[in-house]
Amino acid sequence: MKQRESTFINMVGALLVVTLVSGALLGFVHQMTKSAIDLAREKAQSDAIASVLPPFDELAPTLKVLPEEGADSIEIFPALAQGHIVGYAVKSYSNNGFSGFISVMAGVDTLGNFTGYEVLEHKETPGLGSKMGDWFRNKEKEGQNVIGKSPGSVNFTVSKDGGDIDAITASTITSRAFLEALRRAHQGVTTLSEKNHGE
Amino acid sequence: MNQMSNFTKGLLRENPILVLILGTCPTLGVTSSAANGLGMGLATTFVLVMSNLVISLVKSQIPDKVRIPSFIVIIAAFVTVVELVMQAYTPGLFKSLGIFIPLIVVNCIVLGRAEAFASKNNPLSSIVDGLGMGLGFTGALVILGSIRELLGNGTLFSFRFYPENYTTLLFVLAPGAFIVLGYMIAIVQKINKAKK
Repeated sequence: MKQRESTFINMVGALLVVTLVSGALLGFVHQMTKSAIDLAREKAQSDAIASVLPPFDELAPTLKVLPEEGADSIEIFPALAQGHIVGYAVKSYSNNGFSGFISVMAGVDTLGNFTGYEVLEHKETPGLGSKMGDWFRNKEKEGQNVIGKSPGSVNFTVSKDGGDIDAITASTITSRAFLEALRRAHQGVTTLSEKNHGE
Repeated sequence: MNQMSNFTKGLLRENPILVLILGTCPTLGVTSSAANGLGMGLATTFVLVMSNLVISLVKSQIPDKVRIPSFIVIIAAFVTVVELVMQAYTPGLFKSLGIFIPLIVVNCIVLGRAEAFASKNNPLSSIVDGLGMGLGFTGALVILGSIRELLGNGTLFSFRFYPENYTTLLFVLAPGAFIVLGYMIAIVQKINKAKK
């Protein structure tokens, strides 16, 4: 076949056809994968909720709370067992990680103690900051463990800043951001229960 | 042209990373573990094969002056397909590869093969070329990722070989990537020279 000339009409036509066909293909694939993508996202979230809380029967409707400091609201999922609230899963965040945004799902019981956490999203350095997924729930090292503790009674800042939690070795910035996310989660639950008592 | 040599040239003789030194940005970025390298390599291979095929089919219909933009749109379409499919069926891998998947669009290997090979050859040769180049890329990424993961984290495909206390963190970070890649390039140069 002979190569088409680079005339104005030919060029416009070729680009139009290429973009139209590409667009149609993408629309088709988007339709095909949309439900699977939503499903995967929901599953990741419900798995995280289940892993940070003690056993529960059902989740009450999701609540959105605006923490005192911080621009974005956090989502709180109250968990019920036999009609009583046994804890809250809180999707909290920090913008101060070593590489920016960190999203954490934290479990808080009715006394305000952390029952578990799961890091949902982060861009921290592999091998350094990325250790936060296990570091803060190491039951053998009480200094770095946050499970069973509450920011109400324990100072939830790194020991370098005068707090009670040991930071990840060589990742103080990540540790600060992570603890900030936990404090924000705890504060969200406190705000929520104060509001409920007031009514 | 001989299809066999068309295929094997991408593996070693003209390996995109180790000989042509193309696409080093995603190479250095994603190879902190062997599994990431494998995922990135296969995603790129798919894009390479599909874009090579389509471009060799439509090459005579695309006027020369709008060649590059047309190629980029075709490549971008396939990359977005990969991105959506990975997001739907392998969310874990998608999360760890992150920004590097959309960046396949501007990976020099893909556009380089489109321009240097697919726009001059027939569809069959182009598929074979894309497959060879893609697998060469995948192989290099897996080896690079394995060495870095083994030295830097003590694991290989998340299987632990020795305790974490003895690892050399440097290899997980950027300098380690450069060092390992440098040695790999040197070794492949040596092999290729010996063959001549």
